[in-house]
Amino acid sequence: MIAVRNITKIYGDKKVVDSVDLDIPRGKIIAFIGSNGAGKSTLISMICRTLKKDGGEVYIDDKELKDWKSSELSKRLSILKQSNFLNIRLTVRELVSFGRFPYSKGRLNDEDIRHIDKALEYMGLNELQDRYLDELSGGQRQMAYIAMVIAQDTEYIFLDEPLNNLDMKHSVKIMKVLKRLVGELGKTIMVVIHDINFVSCYADYVVAMKDGKIIKQGDTCQIIQSGVLYDIYGMNIDVQNYCGKNICLYYS
Amino acid sequence: MEYILKDKKSKKIIMCLILLDLMVIAAFLLPGITPKNIHFFMPRRITKILAVIIVSYSIGYSSLIFQTVTNNHILTPSVMGLDSLYLFIQTFIVFAAGSQTLSQMIGYRHFLICVGLMIFAACILFLLLFRGSSKNVYFLVLTGMIMGSLFNGMATFMQVLLDPNEFAVLQGRMFASFNNINSNLVGISILIIIAVCIISVRDLPYLDVLLLGPENAISLGVDYKKLVFKTLIICAVLVSVSTALVGPITFLGILIVNLARHMLGTYSHRSISLGIMFLGILFLTGGLLVTERIFKFETTMSVIINFIGGIYFLYLMLKERKQ
Repeated sequence: MIAVRNITKIYGDKKVVDSVDLDIPRGKIIAFIGSNGAGKSTLISMICRTLKKDGGEVYIDDKELKDWKSSELSKRLSILKQSNFLNIRLTVRELVSFGRFPYSKGRLNDEDIRHIDKALEYMGLNELQDRYLDELSGGQRQMAYIAMVIAQDTEYIFLDEPLNNLDMKHSVKIMKVLKRLVGELGKTIMVVIHDINFVSCYADYVVAMKDGKIIKQGDTCQIIQSGVLYDIYGMNIDVQNYCGKNICLYYS
Repeated sequence: MEYILKDKKSKKIIMCLILLDLMVIAAFLLPGITPKNIHFFMPRRITKILAVIIVSYSIGYSSLIFQTVTNNHILTPSVMGLDSLYLFIQTFIVFAAGSQTLSQMIGYRHFLICVGLMIFAACILFLLLFRGSSKNVYFLVLTGMIMGSLFNGMATFMQVLLDPNEFAVLQGRMFASFNNINSNLVGISILIIIAVCIISVRDLPYLDVLLLGPENAISLGVDYKKLVFKTLIICAVLVSVSTALVGPITFLGILIVNLARHMLGTYSHRSISLGIMFLGILFLTGGLLVTERIFKFETTMSVIINFIGGIYFLYLMLKERKQ
């Protein structure tokens, strides 16, 4: 269980995240939505300890962030940020192997190798596992990074814009894998997504942010409604039901 | 299982390097030794070889971990102004204490004071730079470059003001080279190197993870700031050791780190740090052989290292352009 209390981040005199309280439900895909600069990435970075918070507390399994040992926490919680620039040449399999670092500390045992194989299979990367990352397309590279996070086998997974710059095929593939992870392995996945239709079709729960505050949260069907979306984005978004799915039309 | 193959390949290369090392060391130690002169030549030559081993490790390892922390393959601790800082501390001690006090500082005291001040300076630098919110490693490096020039300038300024006799003492301490090894520091340097080895060997896999970038490293359970802090302190100690023994030859760092990375074709710090050390021994002993036996001391080690390094870099750049 992740609980956030009164968390704040200040750059200069601007409160990027302003006294946010949040209880994250378990075993769901939770989508963070909002305009650029609403504080979504900042918020999840602080929850994942990659960014120092200026105030407030984050409780992970009833233990405050500062009471966790970083190496122990890395077995409970993982994060994947949006930009991943590498200065070295790695194969897909080598990258995924890094996901086992919290357990193996660099010396892989049989169980680690089993997890690596499973993660590669989950993402459909068996064929590509010995290819170098710099030879792959952006979509394939993103799949490899997600496979690394799967190999890390944490209950909580944070993904910061995993669909950024990806085509529809890869985006759908990634969202389907995330659904499977939640359904089959009981993971809790927090994900920042800009495409509201992906949120509508795949997320279970939505947290909407604006100006550093959470302005709405609830089950997806409660949030994907014209009136609510107007409050979040400040634009008129028509929501139509098509084959049982709410589709947002924002191409005015 | 490509990574196992890679591991085997790097092991083979390292074994080859060790063999080559033994050959050049033999070529350096043995010629011209007779039962009569062995007591004279052998200790001198062995001191040089020991200095070579210490310097290979300290320059190579400090450059490697520094490049990992800054995520940049062209930087070395000299960019951070660490060797300038060492020279400045040396000058400052002579300036403040005078050469008489300095000559009374027998043995290791002066050296240990310098190393202590270096570590202290590295701590201050780190604390100043990481205390703010958005400070990152590039900021650290930029500041280091400016501080480096500052220390250089201040050292030169103090040297100009020094009494000529005191300057002569300083020169003897400061401008060490392979022809003029600070041999009374070899013993303590070995102790320091062994201590650093023991402290840092467990960090090697963590440094591998650091190659994925700070955020991924934190996500995988690496205590990023602590590791960077420790790395900077180790760099400060190693730079002090090598600069005190043979003077600044930091260009060697870029050369052997990139060459080792290129030859071994792996990211593993365990393999690369071994490769660097044996490559360094090969280069430096080879350099000693060439300067002493072929050029008969007519040229210096740094000229040879820069010559080979320059050619290697031209080759690297030409290759990059083709890709």
